Amino acid sequence: MDSVGLNHYLFVGAVLFVCGIVCMATKRNAIGVLMGVELVLNGANINFVALSRYTPLGLDGQVSSMFVIVLAAAEAAVALAIALNFYNNHLSIDVDRADDLRG
Amino acid sequence: MSVLVFAIFALAACGGALAVVLSQNVVRMAFWLIISLSSVAGLFFLLNADFVGATQLLIYVGGTVVLLIFGVMLTAQGPYVNLKTNPAEVVMSLAIGGVVFAMLVAAFSGVNWSANSERLTAEFGTATLQTPGYNQQGEGSTVRRIGGALSGLRTESLRDGRTIERPGYLLPFEIVSVHLLVVLVGASYLARAKRRSGGSEPGAGPTA
Repeated sequence: MDSVGLNHYLFVGAVLFVCGIVCMATKRNAIGVLMGVELVLNGANINFVALSRYTPLGLDGQVSSMFVIVLAAAEAAVALAIALNFYNNHLSIDVDRADDLRG
Repeated sequence: MSVLVFAIFALAACGGALAVVLSQNVVRMAFWLIISLSSVAGLFFLLNADFVGATQLLIYVGGTVVLLIFGVMLTAQGPYVNLKTNPAEVVMSLAIGGVVFAMLVAAFSGVNWSANSERLTAEFGTATLQTPGYNQQGEGSTVRRIGGALSGLRTESLRDGRTIERPGYLLPFEIVSVHLLVVLVGASYLARAKRRSGGSEPGAGPTA
């Protein structure tokens, strides 16, 4: 590896993305699922910023990644509020017990 | 030098993400998430995206993770309730994750990025940038350009030396501002302090 290229950053982004997916799929703690979502969004962010650096797309990738960051913060706030509400109602944070809407 | 720094940050980011997946304790997961997100901010700095890196540190590491840790504290489980996952589910999700990872790597390593840049240049003629990217090291700070783009003024330097102005991101910025406001009001409404009602009483929902 003589110099760092685009593919290395994309590799890191892919690792974070897959870790987030596996985290979302395996964790039974709702907070753990949230952390998986954060990892997925960060993998996407790495791709945005790396493509803005290594391709002629310019600054647009960085602006997109900032929108992603803001939306991730909003999503975390709402999801934590939902998790707190779920905990208040069920006295548990286990997502497998959230089956009240099952027909 | 930059290769070494990249290797350190990339290893910390990937290792932190793997540790988030592998650890069982939620507080440790939050700690590894902080490690991973901070390393991602370091990668952003390495990509000459200084403002995005600072935003990542401020909002993610300073805000979201603190929020997550508050969530962990407020939803404390009973003494050592272990939320183990079914091993079959773990194996299946690991297999799916491996397949997705292989697909992603095969997808992006099969693309010839420089040829794509040349094709963009040929297709749009002079309307492409002078250099790949936006000449980060020559300009240093990206704060002014990001601020201009977010307030509706996006300048681009063309191949022939001129600079043109394009419509920026004022409308998405306003939309995301209102969205953030509404989301925070809704979140504080959902998470407001309520008297905990015993069991699954129907009056305990968010609309009560």
